Amino acid sequence: MIKTDTLIIGAGPVGLFCVHQLGIIGLKSEVVDNLDKIGGQCIELYPDKPIYDIPAVPECTGEELTNNLIEQIKAFKTNFHLNERVEEIKKVDKKWITKTNKGTEFESLSIIIAAGVGSFEPRKFPTKEIDKYEGKQILYSIRDKTVFKDKTVCIFGGGDSALDWAIELSNTSKVILVHRRDDFRGMQASIDKAKQLKEEGKIEIYTKYQLESAQGKEKIESINIKHDDESIKEIKADYILGFFGLIMKLGPIAEWGLNLDKKTIPVNTESFETNKEGIFAIGDICSYPGKLKLILSGFHEGALAARGCFKYAKPDEKYRFEFTTSSKSVKDRLGVKE
Amino acid sequence: MAKITYIEHSGNAQTIEVTNGLTVMEGAVQNDIPGIDADCGGGMACATCHVYVTEEWFDKLPKKEDGEEDMLDMAFEPKKNSRLSCQIIVSDELDGLTVNTPSKQG
Repeated sequence: MIKTDTLIIGAGPVGLFCVHQLGIIGLKSEVVDNLDKIGGQCIELYPDKPIYDIPAVPECTGEELTNNLIEQIKAFKTNFHLNERVEEIKKVDKKWITKTNKGTEFESLSIIIAAGVGSFEPRKFPTKEIDKYEGKQILYSIRDKTVFKDKTVCIFGGGDSALDWAIELSNTSKVILVHRRDDFRGMQASIDKAKQLKEEGKIEIYTKYQLESAQGKEKIESINIKHDDESIKEIKADYILGFFGLIMKLGPIAEWGLNLDKKTIPVNTESFETNKEGIFAIGDICSYPGKLKLILSGFHEGALAARGCFKYAKPDEKYRFEFTTSSKSVKDRLGVKE
Repeated sequence: MAKITYIEHSGNAQTIEVTNGLTVMEGAVQNDIPGIDADCGGGMACATCHVYVTEEWFDKLPKKEDGEEDMLDMAFEPKKNSRLSCQIIVSDELDGLTVNTPSKQG
């Protein structure tokens, strides 16, 4: 059981800056995120795209913003629990007990939900009948590539993940790459390599095809893929891999007894606390009259939520407002040497 | 202004007057039309505002810009007439446009 003052759900820009705001008022935090890296949408959706509305930063990319925020909170030596999704929360006495899908447990006095539109999950095949094979023959990520040795693997997708795995697995497996159009969007070098392997007869590539159906009882024996011109082709495959990127899902947050308005959590604008005492929501996931889904608004929300957490972490102390420029205790916490 | 008709997967249709300059996605979101999620808020970064444009309209719309087709790779059940509704900007010329929303966005 990991004990901390505040558990932050979501390692996007708003969650990161909230670590800072908690840190300068002397509160410890831990951060959980379902992605394998820090930065949330900034790093997953638009690492290279410029952002023009961060105050005092005329232009920066999602990746630069993330790196600067990580730098800004370095002094707090925060633990990040990546690749983990918070599943359950419950209140025991005055503490919140939180459990992730990997079994990590936290005990905190408050929770700040900075989860954007929810957690990132792999996008799946639209074909419903194949859901039951998920995790067995239908896979959206690869944990152990040795299972594919000497097997036939059919890979769907047109980005880097699909291309990289097609190239990699072609060494030890029969690989069939299927994509919905002729153009691939991966790196040119990977596209060239895949085409070269096709020429050499090491992989098969079918474009303008999408998955249509799967045949088999206990297990999938073969799949049908359908061309844009409606013609069908049958492929025998042991494994079917889909690489269609990630999508955001609200997921278990909906089951925690929080008030919800569509996919957002209503909060008060004084402390950004939700209907549950000690649970706060900031950033894109919170809603209130006038809410703007801007990173800068999320920073403001995090600053106030951090102050809201103070009374739960230090019920016997009175919170005193201080400026970072002049407060010795704040500077000490930031590790600033005078 | 243009009248835009949004047809849900269930067949339920709603016609909304959308102000010029807004996107077809914004027209839906501002009027609580179901079936368009627009998780990224119009940044062409998520493919959850995916719609099917009826055939007679598909060719009349301004062509897809770079990146839209890449995002459509990730959409749920993309077809030849798929578009991202955040990339269709409403003008008088689009009066009568009809789009179908997919069974889900992902």
